[in-house]
Amino acid sequence: MADYLNLAGWLAALAQTVLFVAIAPLFANWVKRAKCTLQNRRPPPWLQPYRDLRRLFGKEVVLAHTASHVFRIAPYIVFGTAVLAASIIPFILAEIPFAAMADAIVLVGTLALGRFFLALAGLDVGTSFGGMGSSREMTFAALAEPAMLMVVFTLAMLASSTNLSTVVGFFLEQPLALRPSLLFGLLALLLVGIAETGRIPVDNPATHLELTMIHEAMILEYTGRHLALMEYASQLKLAIYAVLTVNLFLPWGISRTLDPASVGIAVLALTAKLAVLGALLALAETLVAKMRLFRVPTFLAVAFTLSLIGMLSFIMLEGH
Amino acid sequence: MFEFSPAMLVYAAVCSTLAGGFASLFADRWPAVQKFLVFPLLGLSGVVSIAACLAALSGAPAVTDELALGLPWLQWHVRLDSLSGFFLGVIGLITLAVSAFGPGYVREYSNSHYSLALLGVMTALFVAGMQLVVVADDAFAFMVAWELMSVASYFLVAFEHEEAANRRAAFLYLLMAQVGAILILLSFGVLAAHGGDFTFAAMRHAGLTPLWAAASFGLGLLGFGMKAGIVPLHVWLPEAHPVAPSHISALMSGVMLKVAVYGFIRLVFDLLGDPHWSWGVVVLAVGSVTSLYGVLYALVQHDLKRLLAYHSVENIGIIYIGLGLALIFFSANLPAFGVLGLIAALYHTLNHALFKSLLFLGAGALLQHGHERDLEHMGGLIRRMPWTALFFLIGCLSISALPPFNGFVSEWLTFQTALQATTLESGVLRAVIPISAAVLALSGALAATCFVKVYGVAFLGQARSRKVRHAREASHGMVLAQAVLACLCLLFGVLPTTTVEFLSRISVDLTGFGVTAATRQGWLWLTPIAPEVASYSAPLVLLGVLLALGAWAAVYFSSRKRRLVQPLPRRDAWDCGFGPLTPRMQYSASAFAMPIRHIFRPAWRLHEEKVREMDPQLSTRPLQLRYLMHADDLSWQYFYLPVERFVQGAARRVGRIQTGHLRHYLAYSFFTLIALLWLIT
Amino acid sequence: MTAYADLPLIEQLIRTFAALILVSSFALLAQARVVAAIQVFAWQGFLLSALTALVAWNSGLPHLYISAVLSLVLKALFIPWLLIRQSRRLGILRDFDAVIRPGLTLMAAGTLVIFCYNVVIPVREFTQIVTRDAIAVSLALVMISLLMLITRRKAITQVVAFMSLENGLFFAAVTATQGMPMVVELGIAFDVLIAAVIFGVFFFHIRDSIETLDVDQLSRLREMDE
Repeated sequence: MADYLNLAGWLAALAQTVLFVAIAPLFANWVKRAKCTLQNRRPPPWLQPYRDLRRLFGKEVVLAHTASHVFRIAPYIVFGTAVLAASIIPFILAEIPFAAMADAIVLVGTLALGRFFLALAGLDVGTSFGGMGSSREMTFAALAEPAMLMVVFTLAMLASSTNLSTVVGFFLEQPLALRPSLLFGLLALLLVGIAETGRIPVDNPATHLELTMIHEAMILEYTGRHLALMEYASQLKLAIYAVLTVNLFLPWGISRTLDPASVGIAVLALTAKLAVLGALLALAETLVAKMRLFRVPTFLAVAFTLSLIGMLSFIMLEGH
Repeated sequence: MFEFSPAMLVYAAVCSTLAGGFASLFADRWPAVQKFLVFPLLGLSGVVSIAACLAALSGAPAVTDELALGLPWLQWHVRLDSLSGFFLGVIGLITLAVSAFGPGYVREYSNSHYSLALLGVMTALFVAGMQLVVVADDAFAFMVAWELMSVASYFLVAFEHEEAANRRAAFLYLLMAQVGAILILLSFGVLAAHGGDFTFAAMRHAGLTPLWAAASFGLGLLGFGMKAGIVPLHVWLPEAHPVAPSHISALMSGVMLKVAVYGFIRLVFDLLGDPHWSWGVVVLAVGSVTSLYGVLYALVQHDLKRLLAYHSVENIGIIYIGLGLALIFFSANLPAFGVLGLIAALYHTLNHALFKSLLFLGAGALLQHGHERDLEHMGGLIRRMPWTALFFLIGCLSISALPPFNGFVSEWLTFQTALQATTLESGVLRAVIPISAAVLALSGALAATCFVKVYGVAFLGQARSRKVRHAREASHGMVLAQAVLACLCLLFGVLPTTTVEFLSRISVDLTGFGVTAATRQGWLWLTPIAPEVASYSAPLVLLGVLLALGAWAAVYFSSRKRRLVQPLPRRDAWDCGFGPLTPRMQYSASAFAMPIRHIFRPAWRLHEEKVREMDPQLSTRPLQLRYLMHADDLSWQYFYLPVERFVQGAARRVGRIQTGHLRHYLAYSFFTLIALLWLIT
Repeated sequence: MTAYADLPLIEQLIRTFAALILVSSFALLAQARVVAAIQVFAWQGFLLSALTALVAWNSGLPHLYISAVLSLVLKALFIPWLLIRQSRRLGILRDFDAVIRPGLTLMAAGTLVIFCYNVVIPVREFTQIVTRDAIAVSLALVMISLLMLITRRKAITQVVAFMSLENGLFFAAVTATQGMPMVVELGIAFDVLIAAVIFGVFFFHIRDSIETLDVDQLSRLREMDE
């Protein structure tokens, strides 16, 4: 850890975090565009999410009579934890000092902190929709947690570390190998990511006023900059899960030095990987229909079973 | 020549507690005694206990002493080592907080006909009993102090004795406590029989055969588990904790359960010697089941104190998971990781004491000023009781294991220990430990769900009953007590390195091994195994959260300055355009937990009742709908009822020899005499 | 012992297929719909034949290729086709055979896998062939099929479970001893084929005599209750 705890390392990590936060809406928009193209609709312009955010930041904030301080603090905490989580994960540079600040389990904890406040905000105004969203969000997050942890465990057992930078470094140094444990870990993480970021078939990010909505129900009462922060945080969360998936399981191309050439390659590689993942997500969302609410536990049980088989096959089949 | 020894601090603490108890004898005549003498003395005892804890943890060797108490030939042995010092410190912290909380809380009783003197005396005896248990160095003193603790707490549970339910709960508690005490006594008996003496020093050298060691371990696990509340021996907890006065609930849940954990650690890690790996697996399994069971039952409760009691069960499970991992690693001869498990368990012990006491004190404040224990009647209390709401939120965040609070650190350490399962030889253990870690993750996430429910329903939204709508903020002392505990929750969450260093000393004393790598990178980084394996920097995570709060504060105050008179505009809630909000439209606690109830349905036996009153004119339109739900503990059905049936059956069979004929009884004596004579020849 | 990443690709592939077969058995256990269960069973047969071909390639044993082709034709194509055809004619193709306590069943299956792993540890010491790691998976496959047999009610899903059990035995033979003698293998393959046909005939008879294919109802045939 100590060898990259120098000033340049910190600055580079900071710059990387800023970049992450800056491009997160772009990735969300890429998914949206790909989906529109697939469904023969006209896609929104590339910079549409930024325009939306600017518009929302400029609007007046209106509070419900029953809203308390929790309601006003929550957007900042939700957004702050998302930024914190974004700063931890290897993005363009593999080895960043921020990764030593918090390992994979802290990452899960940080996201859970944001979710806690998001759910409280949903309950705060006292509407039925908000409570409904909070209740569902917390339930499904709780069910996703064991699968997520099992994936972390499989990775950590393999690389004997929970430090995300070390894990990425380990995979880069290893010769390329086909590991069943990683295969199932990847699948499980994809399923967990879909559930946690509220994509189809668990939740539909594009609709309001549907009886099965989860995330949108919690933020119904938000306006102005509060709503902007909430929307931004959910775009960040999508980008976090996407980057985590591609960089942990397909780390090739990520830069291990600050050398401009390798950073350039890393940017290109990451763009390509994210573009493919985004397109795949859009394809899946086009092909699959939204699930009935009480099918979601089954969906998450599949994720857990896959992660469990991943862990077991690591122990049984890769025990060398 | 007077020589200072840390043992003096212990005596001073106990004496101060007992003096408080004595003073409270006059509390019925002069109620001011409570405020100016009883609780200050209790607080003093807490401070002195903390001092003793610091003295014991400062690296000084263990102090032993003999007291000329008890029977003339059976003196009480006292020993203050780092383990007892640590638990003394936990007792001291909570006692201190309770002494600040108490005066405001017991004022409520001065108008009732319950005796304040009894409450004071029993509280003092209870605390003194706990303080003595952790320093006792022989089985005799231990059991006397243990019984003092149990019996005194029985009176406290039964304090509001006019309600039959309370008397029943107290009786159940006493019964379980006594059965547990007998099992502990038997466990010590096994050790004493082989060690030749009742002192712990002799027991350490008992040199038990594996079979006897396993017997002693099993008895100890059950005996201490009854007090600690492992499943299925936990049933007294959700009955007894809600009915005791709230500051006593804080002591019972925060401290007394920890004293049971102390007893278990003392027995297994200190007295019994080398553990067997199967013990670790048993403890791990018990811990996993207990934590999941506890949180699942907590989720379906709507009585706040009962819910908190079930969360105590969950947290005891987490502590036992840590202990089980420690046992597995020690028996596999990997002490470096075993130590980590032990430290994780001790850390969680401290954390649970802090946040659970905080939450019980908060519940006490709600009970006194909102007159409500039922979540379904609360709501909107954040506006009526802002300080209590703030500290309760910190308690909720801590117990939900969210960074940067203390609950997260100990669960993180437990996960890190579990991750080291790859180093184990046995493939089965390597596969089983991650599964139990997944159970831990599930129960942690469910706990967060549960506390979103508690906080959202109790403090946010609109008030659901008239009494709650007119609640007042708690008195200064009560708020202060919560503030202290909340700050400690944050402090122990942000400075884990220092804490782990202290806890490492306990482990060195007990097992001869400590952690070396955990704090090597300085106070900023907690690296339990090695920096490249895992690291956590709580201060930096706190910094991140504070930056987010700072952004809010900046926006908040700048907007205040710009529009001095105009705060943010307030309108009716949008709510997708539905009509104006009423309190009845809010999600209730039962509604919030409904998806969980649906998914984990087989875990409970739910009694649901829907009462529907129809409009006489229009038979399809209901006038009023009422929904009642309560969950029966499955352990009654599957554990206690079969046991009861078996005991009844056995009693009936044994009862047959009671014929009532004098000649039969004479015949029994006659045959017994002959059998005995035959035996001794 | 070499590190996993240094193993030749073919050996990694064999292990990956073994793990995929394990997944297919979990999927089979959790499948409630008859048609889906048969499809998963077909996939399992396909994976098994692919694995056999890989083992044949790796060990250079030509007779394993025949086994691979045989299992592809029989288990991945013919028997599923037969089962689907029969189900359609019986009108039970879209039927639902509810899994009892799915969570608990899956947990039990996980426990079985760990148990099997524990059981075969001594076996692993004796053998040096590349597939020894997969022996535990083959045993687990047998055990999970047995679990499926005792948790299902419908005769058709029980037959699928029985066939999957045979898959496990075949898998064990391939991994533990590089396949059984050709004669034995051929014999078993035709046994299974005949069994599938006979089961089909039996379905009709059972349905004709007691008007259901729910095996719980078969207890009515006991003489005591008459």
